[in-house]
Amino acid sequence: MDTLLLSRIQFGANISFHILFPTITIALGWVLLFFKLRFNATGDLKWMEAYRFWVKVFALSFAMGVVSGITMSFQFGTNWPGFMETVGNIAGPLLAYEIMTAFFLEAVFLGIMLFGFSRVPGWLHTLATFLVAFGTTMSAFWILVLNSWMHTPAGFEMRDGVAFATDWWAIIFNPSMPYRLVHMLLASGLTVAFLIAGLSAFRWLIGDRGAEVRATLKSGLILGAALIPLQILAGDFHGLNTLEHQPAKVAAMEGNWETGPNVPLLLFAVPDEETRSNSMEIAIPNGASLILTHKSDGVVPGLNDFVAEDGTALHPPVAPVFYSFRVMVGTGMAMLLLSWTAVAIMARRRDAGALPKPLLWALVPMAFSGWVATLAGWYTTEIGRQPWLVQGVLTTEQAVADVPAPFVGTTLVAYLAIYVLLLAAYVSVLFYLARKAARGEGPRRRTPLAGEAIVAQVPAE
Amino acid sequence: MMDLFGDPARWLPVTFAALMGLSILIYVVLDGFDLGVGVLFPFAGEAEKDRMVASIGPFWDANETWLVLAVGLLLVAFPAAHGTILTALYLPVAIMLIGLILRGVAFEFRVKAPLPHKGRWNFAFWSGSLMTSLSQGWMLGLYIMGLEQTPATWVFAALTAVFLTVGYSFIGATWLILKTDGDLQRKAVAWARGGIWGLVLGLGAISLASPLVSPRIWQKWFSVPEIFLLAPLPILSGALVVLLWLALRRLPTSDDSWAWFPFVASIVLFTLAFFGMAYSFYPYVVPEQLTIYEAASAPESLFIILIGTCIVLPMIGGYTALAYVIFRGKATELRYD
Ligand code: HDD
Ligand code: HEM
Ligand code: HEM
Repeated sequence: MDTLLLSRIQFGANISFHILFPTITIALGWVLLFFKLRFNATGDLKWMEAYRFWVKVFALSFAMGVVSGITMSFQFGTNWPGFMETVGNIAGPLLAYEIMTAFFLEAVFLGIMLFGFSRVPGWLHTLATFLVAFGTTMSAFWILVLNSWMHTPAGFEMRDGVAFATDWWAIIFNPSMPYRLVHMLLASGLTVAFLIAGLSAFRWLIGDRGAEVRATLKSGLILGAALIPLQILAGDFHGLNTLEHQPAKVAAMEGNWETGPNVPLLLFAVPDEETRSNSMEIAIPNGASLILTHKSDGVVPGLNDFVAEDGTALHPPVAPVFYSFRVMVGTGMAMLLLSWTAVAIMARRRDAGALPKPLLWALVPMAFSGWVATLAGWYTTEIGRQPWLVQGVLTTEQAVADVPAPFVGTTLVAYLAIYVLLLAAYVSVLFYLARKAARGEGPRRRTPLAGEAIVAQVPAE
Repeated sequence: MMDLFGDPARWLPVTFAALMGLSILIYVVLDGFDLGVGVLFPFAGEAEKDRMVASIGPFWDANETWLVLAVGLLLVAFPAAHGTILTALYLPVAIMLIGLILRGVAFEFRVKAPLPHKGRWNFAFWSGSLMTSLSQGWMLGLYIMGLEQTPATWVFAALTAVFLTVGYSFIGATWLILKTDGDLQRKAVAWARGGIWGLVLGLGAISLASPLVSPRIWQKWFSVPEIFLLAPLPILSGALVVLLWLALRRLPTSDDSWAWFPFVASIVLFTLAFFGMAYSFYPYVVPEQLTIYEAASAPESLFIILIGTCIVLPMIGGYTALAYVIFRGKATELRYD
């Protein structure tokens, strides 16, 4: 394999690993703030126990996010020097602002949030929790500005092959940024909602029926049920925006070869770039036209419009974009079904404990459904942009470093091995923490004294 | 506005080189001590390990962020140099990153994974810290040698790798003298006594090698009047080493006075060494190949970053100080509550 392909796999592997953890920390920070504020308001210990359990998950996820993020920031220089050399004048300030306004904020206040409970006044601890949540969200904001700019560049001019900023407002609020930001923040919320619901269901199933589990199960399910319709709506808007700016990507997502009206929505198909057609289609007539143009005879772009005179494809590889899009939407539908069923049952019986066992068992693997949908969504977006790295400005091939392929290959193998081990360790530690909490080895089984007394009990396990 | 201090294509690159230098220096001191604590792990007992980790637990993440800032500034201010340096150092960078990953996650896993696995995560913490320090030293050596890859430069890089690791363990030990008491503090004093020789040899090796490989650096140091203006640098460093040696022979004191001294003295020593190096390499960002002026981004972009920096950097300083105040005093068990 050549350096380009290996570098792409390496970058894809690193960013896929990285995004798993920010996806959790972005929203979990706010959920922790919610638990803390509930505790401040009600004095009910179950909220403090929920805080204590989930802050451990937060700390672990944060550490994974930080170390993989540091890897990311070196990747630009080691594998894609052409990227900064061409668009550094725009990417640079955005990355710099992310580091200065987000990374330091979260890194410093994380220490106070995790270990400062008994050392600082309550308000300062709550403030630290807020600032960490705010910092992770700022981080997401800046990086998504950059990523969106790579999809829909605006506010710049090219001089001697280098991009120069002309309008920072247009760069930051580039056409796809609002959609991507909203969609990603909702994705993070959903990931956390299902993680909380899934682990709480697991604890319930192994016999942990305390007030804390009841509260977190309910919070997770309600959050999930509330966010998923918003996400579907946001996804629809996002798709319309993409149709306007990156029609080739939409054509690949829909698996549509010929431009025309009355295009069906493919629920399933096997797209084939050799024959430039699909087989085994299962379709809803006029569906794609309806969704994308809101008219049954609306015109949808086709892939055959993006082929050069000599026959080379100018559109992204079809199959990966097509399948990952369906994985994302399918996961979204599963989320909708499960969370709404669960919330309907809870509303009728007025108790989180009344959920039937099969439903609870279904929630356990759904704990990681957010990861699946998020990754599938990113693959759709990023592979759908190929062969461009910055749409219309810089191709991926132009940006790659001329490092010997064996270097890239060996480091890739090393990263993959570590990621597999860490991922296994992470997931098993989450379930270990859940089992341990269920066995009552947490703070909760100690006789709780009133109010102040929860200060200073257990060491940080 | 941008012409405030003269030609922006001159003063902006210098300003950013200074900022980058500052964050590298802060990184080397701050992550230096917590990497050093990791390198010292095998010499400590089980309970002592917990205490050592507790002494750096609230800080390590913020410490590493200075590395992100340093690379970030290299990336944003000197994109051309960023590509050249990082592709030349491809493998050591990868080793450093893997080391940082291992030690970073071990912080959390060693206390959250089931107890029987703790030994393994302690090993990951130690080996990760060691990989990071060694590869940073290796990169430093190659950088001093102008990023040339020959057997001779590899030997030199191997030497700097070892010396930087010893240097980190030294500042790590002085941090432990400050943050612990009792047996562990006595041990830390012994570690620091052992480490100080590595530090002296390392500083000596770098100071000798740089002028020898580069006639330009030789010129900068050994011509009149520079040699007299620069003389305080080595003299001060020598004096500090002597003071450190004397202090380490008397520590720990019965009332814990002067426990702060070795740590503060090592910070000053690191700073002096750093200024010496910065002086040698200015105006080059890739030694003998690319100056900061040639490598800099567009002044408009640098200016946008500078505005933010002027507002944000003091705030970062402020809340970093707050964290060190909140977690001042001897390290105790880390608690989430
Ligand atoms: C929990 C996560 C999650 C869920 C349930 C969904 N998505 Fe999504 N989707 C993402 C997480 C995500 C993401 C990770 O946030 C992406 C990747 C990049 C981006 O901007 O958002 C994304 C990208 C993405 C794109 C590509 C944007 C582009 O072209 O750049 C479209 C069109 C949609 N989504 C549409 C949908 C629809 C119609 C959904 C209905 C069920 C849906 N998404 C569910
Ligand atoms: C975080 C979630 C993300 C995921 C899962 C993801 C995934 C991917 C994947 C799979 C590719 C390879 C596409 C291909 O070559 O076929 C890719 C390419 C790329 N992405 Fe992303 N991406 C993410 C976010 C970002 C962000 C935020 C940036 C920029 C700041 C970015 C920059 C790039 C670059 C530079 C490439 C080019 C290298 C390549 O084509 O492989 N990505 N990404
Ligand atoms: C190529 C792109 C990326 C680079 C270079 C990058 C870099 C980094 C770095 C260096 C850190 C550690 C910060 C620290 O020391 O505290 C980090 C953490 C983080 N990143 Fe990324 N990142 C990238 C993509 C993304 C994306 C796509 C998102 C979200 C949409 C994201 C969100 C975060 C968040 C929220 C954190 C802090 C919380 C955590 O570590 O879990 N990053 N990133």
